[in-house]
Amino acid sequence: MIPLSITLRQALERLVLPILIVAALGIILLGQADRGLTERVRMGLADILAPAYGLVVWPQEQARDLLGRMRDMGRIEAENQRLRAENANLRHWYDVAAALADENAALKANLHWMPDPAPSFVTGRVVRDTSGLYARSVLVAANVDAGIHKDEIVLDGSGLVGRVTEIGSRSVRVLLITDASSRIPVRLEVSHGAAIMAGDNSGTPRLIYYPQDNPPIEGERVVTNGEIDTMPPGLPVGQIHYVRPGQPVVIPFASLGHLDIVRVFDYGRSAVVPPDAPGRIPVRRPADSLPLPFPSPLGRG
Amino acid sequence: MTPDQAPEFQPGIQPRPSLWRRLDMLSRRGLPAALTGMAVLLLSAPFGLPGQAELLPGVVLSSVFFWSVFRPASMSSPIVFLLGILVDLLGFGPPGVMLLVVLLVHGVALSGRYGFSRAHILVLWIVFGGLSLAATALQWGLISALSLHLVPTVAFAFQWVLGVGVFPLLCVVFSTLGRSIANPDRA
Repeated sequence: MIPLSITLRQALERLVLPILIVAALGIILLGQADRGLTERVRMGLADILAPAYGLVVWPQEQARDLLGRMRDMGRIEAENQRLRAENANLRHWYDVAAALADENAALKANLHWMPDPAPSFVTGRVVRDTSGLYARSVLVAANVDAGIHKDEIVLDGSGLVGRVTEIGSRSVRVLLITDASSRIPVRLEVSHGAAIMAGDNSGTPRLIYYPQDNPPIEGERVVTNGEIDTMPPGLPVGQIHYVRPGQPVVIPFASLGHLDIVRVFDYGRSAVVPPDAPGRIPVRRPADSLPLPFPSPLGRG
Repeated sequence: MTPDQAPEFQPGIQPRPSLWRRLDMLSRRGLPAALTGMAVLLLSAPFGLPGQAELLPGVVLSSVFFWSVFRPASMSSPIVFLLGILVDLLGFGPPGVMLLVVLLVHGVALSGRYGFSRAHILVLWIVFGGLSLAATALQWGLISALSLHLVPTVAFAFQWVLGVGVFPLLCVVFSTLGRSIANPDRA
C-alpha cells in the first residue's frame, strides 16, 4: 500500500462519497442520454442471471405441480363418483345402441335387405353461375380425373342441386333442378305419391303428374324416387308449397341462389344394367277372342 | 457492538495474523455487503411473491443504513455504489436513481453515526422512517422528472411502508449477525 499521511488518507476517504454521488448523477445523465446502453447492460446482466433464475423457478414449478397434484388427489373421491355415474350412464347408452344395432340387423335380415353401396363423391367449388335467360346451370371446378361421369348427382350440404350434364377437363357443368329442361322423378314422403318435379327457370320447380286423388300436402318433404338409374331414392329435394290452389311447387332445400361447395356423387347405378323384362309376350286383345254379347248393328259380312 | 477497527495503540505485541485468519476477517467483514447483494438478487428473482418489487428498496435502504451506522468498514462508499448499481441494473426504472438515493442515505448515516449508534432502537427506527421517507420522495421526484410525467405515488408509499416495517426485523437479524459470524474480531 502506498504510504500516505493520516490526514491525506482521511481527506481522500472524505472525498470518496462526493465523487461517487457525482458519478451517480453522471450515470443518471448517461442513462437519459443513451437508453440503449442501459438496455444492453441490463440485458447482459439478465443473461448472466437467467440460469440462476431458472434454478429459482424450477423448484417453484415443482412445488406448484406437487400442490396441484395433491389438490387433485383431494378431489379424487368426487371425481371418481362423477366418473362412475357417467360410466353407468354411458354403459346404459352403449347397451341401447348395441340393442338397436342388433334389432336393425335382424330387421334387415328379415327384409332381405341389400345394403346400398357407399357412394363415392368428389367435392368441388362452384366457380361460375352459367345461368342465362333460358337455362339454370353452374360450373363446378372439380377434379374430373377422380371419376366424374355424366348424369351424376350433385348435392350441396342440404339437398339436391342438379345433375352433371357436360364434362370438361377441369370443370363440369351442372344442370340445376330449376332448369326448364330438368325433370326429376320424386316421391312425396307423407302422402306417398309419386310425381315429376319439372323446372321452369324459376326458383321453385313445379310438381307435375302427381296423383289427382292423392294431392301433395302443403309442407311435406319431397325426396328422390330412385326410378332413374343414376339417382338413389331418398335424397332430400325440398318441400311442397302451394302458390295457389291446385298448383303445388317444390321449394328446394339446396340454396341454389348462392351455391358454394357442392359434392358430385357417383352412386354407381348406371353400371347396373337392368335385366330385360321377362316374357313380354303381347297378349291377344280380348276383342279378338271374346264374342260380342250383342250383334253388330252392321251385321256380318 | 464491538468496535470494528482495533485501537491505534495496541497494548503489547501481537503476532502477524496468519493467512487463514486474514481471510476469515475479510469474509466476516464482507458478509454484510454480500448478504445485501444476495438479498437484492433474491428479491429480483421470479418468486412471484406479492410486494416483492416494493420490498427491495426497503431492504436495501435498511441494510445500507444499519451497516453504515454500526460498521461503516463493512459498508463502505464503493460497496454502496456497487449495490446501487446492482439494484438499478436489476430494476426497470431510470438508471442511477436508486444509486443516488442509497449513496445519499449512506452519507447521512455516516455523518450521523456517532449519535445514531448510541440511540435507542426505537429512535433509530424513527430516524430511519424519516430518512427513508425523504429517500422515497427523492426517488419519486427523480423518476417523475426523468420520465416527464407524475408517476403515481401509491406504489412509492407502499414501498416506504414496507421498508419502515421491515427495518426492525432486519435490525434484529443484523445485530445477531454482527455479534456472531459477521464480526471480524471473532476471527
